[in-house]
Amino acid sequence: MDDSAAEHSSPLRILIADDSDSDRLILKTLLKRLGHEVLDVANGLDAVSLFQREAPDLVLLDALMPIMDGMEAARQIKVLAGERLVPLIFLTSLSEAGALARCLEAGGDDFLGKPYNRIIIEAKIKAFNRMRLMHQTLSDQRDLIRERNRQLTEEQEIAKRVFDNVAHSGCLDAASIRYHASPQSIFNGDVLFASPRPAGGMLIFMGDFTGHGLPAAIGAMPVAEIFYGMTNKGFNGEDVLREINQKLKRILPTGMFCCGAMIEADFKLNQIQIWNGGLPDGWLIRPSGEHLALPSRHLPLGILSPDQFNADFERVGAAPGDRVLMMTDGFLESADSEGNVFGEQGVTGTLDQLEAHDHPFDAMMAAVHRFTGNFEDGDDLTLCCLEMMDEAGLAPLPDRASPSALAGPAEWRCTYEIRERTLGEFSPLPLLLHICMEVPGLRRKSGEIYTLLAELYNNALEHGVLELPSDWKHSPEGFGRYYAERNRRLANVEGHYIRITLHHSLKPDGGRLRVVCEDSGQGFDFRNHPSVASGISPPKGGRYAGRGLLLLKRLAETIRFHEQGNHVEIVYDWQFARTAEDRDD
Amino acid sequence: MPIQTRRDDDGQTLVISIEGRFDFSTHQAFRDAYEHGDPAVRNYIVDLSDTTYLDSSALGMLLLLRDYAGGDSARIVIENCNNDVRRILSISNFEQLFNIR
Repeated sequence: MDDSAAEHSSPLRILIADDSDSDRLILKTLLKRLGHEVLDVANGLDAVSLFQREAPDLVLLDALMPIMDGMEAARQIKVLAGERLVPLIFLTSLSEAGALARCLEAGGDDFLGKPYNRIIIEAKIKAFNRMRLMHQTLSDQRDLIRERNRQLTEEQEIAKRVFDNVAHSGCLDAASIRYHASPQSIFNGDVLFASPRPAGGMLIFMGDFTGHGLPAAIGAMPVAEIFYGMTNKGFNGEDVLREINQKLKRILPTGMFCCGAMIEADFKLNQIQIWNGGLPDGWLIRPSGEHLALPSRHLPLGILSPDQFNADFERVGAAPGDRVLMMTDGFLESADSEGNVFGEQGVTGTLDQLEAHDHPFDAMMAAVHRFTGNFEDGDDLTLCCLEMMDEAGLAPLPDRASPSALAGPAEWRCTYEIRERTLGEFSPLPLLLHICMEVPGLRRKSGEIYTLLAELYNNALEHGVLELPSDWKHSPEGFGRYYAERNRRLANVEGHYIRITLHHSLKPDGGRLRVVCEDSGQGFDFRNHPSVASGISPPKGGRYAGRGLLLLKRLAETIRFHEQGNHVEIVYDWQFARTAEDRDD
Repeated sequence: MPIQTRRDDDGQTLVISIEGRFDFSTHQAFRDAYEHGDPAVRNYIVDLSDTTYLDSSALGMLLLLRDYAGGDSARIVIENCNNDVRRILSISNFEQLFNIR
């Protein structure tokens, strides 16, 4: 739509004030011919009260009027208009520059000379209308932005509170731990978790997510779940770390990651194991003040896929009285008023000056506060100090661990039965594998579990229910014949079924998965089957020919056949990742 | 301009130079530098001779470039780092993912 047409077609409400009746009438007629609605008064006082009542879009004021002149009326009208832009144009025959300038100072936006020129009046009204509309748009947008900003700030406040419930938790109040985390107002996304292990000892995780604020904090929730859930169930640092890395790799976008360090403290063996991926050097500090760096040797979490991830911990002897210090890089980047940073020199300098029996945590906090001059704003610090203690001296911690869905189902049984025509139409293997993968300890073994299930199911289907001889599969022509016959027989499976039952329970060192596979087929003479008895693969034959049985034997702890051979039971054990005690030197 | 690019090796190598601070403010410009998707480009060089500072969002940008350039099969060299920049890359062990010289 043509701009000038738009401006012309929207009639404005115009207020005119002029004490000369004839001038007023001329102007009123002129404006009405241009299509506008006109309200007219003869003095300033009436102008102000009419303005208040009728809220015109534009005001034309004579400068010199009785009772209240134009200047005063202009001032009052501008105050009444408030934030709205109501263009105010003086009608004047004054030509003296000073007088005209005073009109503008009084609040006028422009002036129109008498005698009136229709073309100029029309042009000025259009120009001021454009300005008026633009001003309105800007005001509306500003109000919108203000409101959105308020909403976002409110949402962030809530997020900060949720984050705070998650970010610094666990047994951080234990006597052996001193820590400092930033106040809630600094939403820096650093996390610090600590948990005792059921078998004794402690796990501590410190993390620094890329970025600040909400995106950084979002990663904290799943990591907390994983850390506490798994630690409570007895998993060790390596298991927990693998799971954290895998989770973050999956949920964080490329380019986002979490610098982190994990400490596994063993008070019985007097040693710590440490994994540092991307955090500044950790420190082991002896009571004498001697200190040993624990540098970052790994990529941060969330970058490498599970098969590339390296969960090797470094082992260091640590006796009661030794302390382990960890920090995020907010510590190193703390700056003074001139922008100098505390840096690695600040840390090593403080450590070098430690006297025997100084507490390194206090010394470090004091040093950084001295350096930065105690800025509240600059308090983007996470520092944690674990003191090695004699296990006997540790008071039992209150059991604040809440059950976590993450720890996975430990004691369960599930039966899945496929019957008749579904035998040919649907493979239950993905579903059964998925059920098994709910157990964190089995996730590392997904390949073996799938192989086991597939071997059992396929044998049950092809040799049990369909009674296909497996030696057909071993020649090229036989192969095609095999699958053609398989499809043919699948059409006639009334009354047949395959039933798979999964049992799982925990053991002290891990867990046990028992798989039972039953089918409605004829079974086979397992007592006399060469492979079952001796493990030698028969040259050709029916059930469990070829490598199938050997494979099962290799993967499973035990295999047992029951009934007529159409009932197979397999036991598969899994262990927690090896503890420090198991690892040989 | 904080980000400059040029082609070497008959157009097979894209050299991206970053001047000043390599941080979140250079995010879009950095992506624009390599994302036009010219299939002739096989190798990438990130030239940090004039880069004064690198933060974690810069590390993230390098990971994005690596993902774009083929992930594990990407050929990216990061060169001419000053001491501070080198230190940041080494704390994060980025030499496990990039050729740094």
